[in-house]
Amino acid sequence: MIRALALLCTCQLAGEVAVRGLAVPVPGPVVGLVLLAAGLAVGRRFGGPASDAVEATGLGRTATALLAVLGILFVPAGVGLIQHLPLLRDHGLALMAALLGSTALTLVVTVWVFVAVARWTRRDGRAP
Amino acid sequence: MSDTPFALWVYLSTTPLLWLAVTLLAWVAADATAQRSGRHPLVNPVLIAIALVAALLLLTGTPYRTYFEGAQFVHFLLGPATVAIAVPLYRHWPLVVRNLLPMAAALVAGAVTAVASALAIALALGVPPAVLVALAPKSVTAGIAMGIAEALGGEPALTAVLVILTGLMGAVMVTPLMNALGIRDYAARGFAVGLAAHGIGTARAFTVDPVAGTFAGIAMGLNALLTALLVPIAVRLAGLAP
Repeated sequence: MIRALALLCTCQLAGEVAVRGLAVPVPGPVVGLVLLAAGLAVGRRFGGPASDAVEATGLGRTATALLAVLGILFVPAGVGLIQHLPLLRDHGLALMAALLGSTALTLVVTVWVFVAVARWTRRDGRAP
Repeated sequence: MSDTPFALWVYLSTTPLLWLAVTLLAWVAADATAQRSGRHPLVNPVLIAIALVAALLLLTGTPYRTYFEGAQFVHFLLGPATVAIAVPLYRHWPLVVRNLLPMAAALVAGAVTAVASALAIALALGVPPAVLVALAPKSVTAGIAMGIAEALGGEPALTAVLVILTGLMGAVMVTPLMNALGIRDYAARGFAVGLAAHGIGTARAFTVDPVAGTFAGIAMGLNALLTALLVPIAVRLAGLAP
């Protein structure tokens, strides 16, 4: 588990360094994610785990455990709502309506486009 | 020093330990409640845990800054957890490659819808321009959304509030909405909730299905990039430019 955490933190660190160095508007952990995925893909050629075996490794178990409780990691930031609730005083109802309507519409449009294009590419025979 | 309960409270309430324990206990209670409901989508553990902790802070008059001294240890793990999405991404890579075209199309359609529909509804309801700028990036992960809003003269703290509320709404409504639409493709369902409701939506997706979680994580990352490009354009088109 410690080796897995060391690997995750090192990838994040490398990501933060890359983001600062290149001044790109991407969060460091996202670059760390790409680095780790690329590392796994390259590592496979040098005796690393295959994709269907990665979940059984120490890294795989730690990653699965972390992602299973991803929700708790948003609690500290979420509690920060109480600091800024007065900001919603003036236009709270209108903003809540905008958030509700927009979130529902975004979910529907995104999933419909995804499913429609997936169906179209499969019928086209371009992908199995 | 701790000869009265009050003195003990005064001491404990300023240590990180108390608020770290409170965060963990609130999650345990919230997650147990969610589990007992059979993971009913309306019984969202993130929402319950936030409400429990927030109520305690308000009741005890504890400043958020004091709370965060303890909660930061939990908050910190967001970075490593984000990196950890590389594992399911690598695991499901063939499925990801097969869905590149659907993802690209859904990303563009979803990102435009998220920004345009929020602005259109709020504009119609008479929300002033300064607040609209803070609203536009609401579907993107908080750190990036705050940066986008601030660069255009919006209030980043308001953006953070709207981002978190969006995440909670998306996480709560995604399952009933997708079931009502009859969508059984978990890649598509996950992609939609990651795009619309960033990390909190992604957390919900991982509790439902690992494939949904993976695609939610991808959508969250890609939408952060695209929205950073889209919002300045949308703000100019809507005539809100500073």
